[in-house]
Amino acid sequence: MPQPLNYLKETASQTAGPYVHIGLIPAMAGFDIFEKNFSNVLVTPNTQGERITLEGKVIDGSGTPLRDVLLEIWQANAAGRYNHSADRSTGALDEEFRGWGRAGSDFESGLVTFETIKPGAIIDKTGRKGAPHINVWIVARGINIGLNTRLYFSDEEAANAADPVLNLIEQPVRRSTLIAKRSECAGKIVYSFTINLQGPEETVFFDV
Amino acid sequence: MHAQAPALRDPRLNHPEPFTPPLGDGGFFQRDRSMHPPAHAPGYKSSVLRSPRQALLSLENSDSEITGPVFGHNDLGALDNDLIRNYAKDGDPVGERIIVHGRVLDETGRGVPNTLVEFWQANAGGRYRHKKDTCLAPIDPNFGGCGRALTDDTGYYYFRTVKPGPYPWRNYVNSWRPAHIHFSVFGSGFAQRLITQMYFEGDPLIPVCPILTTIPDKDALERLVAPLDLNASAPFDSLAYRFDIVLRGQRSTYFENRTAGN
Repeated sequence: MPQPLNYLKETASQTAGPYVHIGLIPAMAGFDIFEKNFSNVLVTPNTQGERITLEGKVIDGSGTPLRDVLLEIWQANAAGRYNHSADRSTGALDEEFRGWGRAGSDFESGLVTFETIKPGAIIDKTGRKGAPHINVWIVARGINIGLNTRLYFSDEEAANAADPVLNLIEQPVRRSTLIAKRSECAGKIVYSFTINLQGPEETVFFDV
Repeated sequence: MHAQAPALRDPRLNHPEPFTPPLGDGGFFQRDRSMHPPAHAPGYKSSVLRSPRQALLSLENSDSEITGPVFGHNDLGALDNDLIRNYAKDGDPVGERIIVHGRVLDETGRGVPNTLVEFWQANAGGRYRHKKDTCLAPIDPNFGGCGRALTDDTGYYYFRTVKPGPYPWRNYVNSWRPAHIHFSVFGSGFAQRLITQMYFEGDPLIPVCPILTTIPDKDALERLVAPLDLNASAPFDSLAYRFDIVLRGQRSTYFENRTAGN
């Protein structure tokens, strides 16, 4: 008999449930408890880069927006660098940008928003340039294990066409589910997105 | 970045070229999804419309996945891991006082240091402090029901709370959740992000819970059940439960001089 490989097993996921806000965004549950709260605003006044608003909804298989969903985003700074020791890019670190935020959907409309900056392009380990993107993680009642997807930008057509991850998606029609649409609204740059959990225009989700 | 480590030489070869093992990429071990609940688990009814029908697209990990947010003590307050006191208005909350403690490890058995663990729960009567919870049991004026902690250098965390009660929910007409505490854990990379629930040893509601039994693997389910830990209890004060959490392991990045993996 060979010796057993004694790896541990990952702890199983469970749904975040309908009251996820209590732990992760207590103000949305209706009370104030922590001195410092995490939020959907990733920028400080000194953060480098173009200010953008992400605005979107998560839709279930019946076409109804989820009104109890929680999203987290993780992204590089304007120079394409993640604020983490394992980042291998050459872009400069921005001390004023953690790169992470979380937001709950509005209990009435289901709208989710983030205030952030547009990330720079990422150079992968083989030197290939990836299109600017934002990593998204979705949890909610009825979602047993967090869903991972990405948001790309509609005004980065050339970079998107060359992106190694978008090009892993076999059907070109499905690539479009990851592209957030740019518009200007009262001087603000807004990228709108729709995440369809299920159905004919289902968003691409990744096993990362 | 520290200096480049000298390359190993294979002692069997009298040759000037160094022996170079294959380069790892620092990516996480592939997630064993047969052990996690499936997205579509009809016994848990709200999963039916909220589960993708297409296959997930597998992605080799890049910097986007192996990096993740870093938190520090500046993000936390002094009472954040003490649910007995962090919402106390005019006394202690009602309920069984307990300590919950354990380690956050990765699949290789290493502790995951300085990572954020967040937790939330109902009060002793099974009532959540949430504007959408309309269950009959009353709110406890001295209990908020949430907290957070950073693991120490060895991956250890602990917090103090009251044991939550079971509560009814609209799945079947007579569905009750076992007593549980929700956990959110980060790890070092965004691909390790995990939300789960901790249950309590001996709870007879465990085998009939439509959410818990979405987990197809019996051993994986049992690892969510925290044993009573009398050794860690505080005599005449609190009982203790032990809950270790395992996040995905990470491949080495040989000779790349990075902190990931080894």
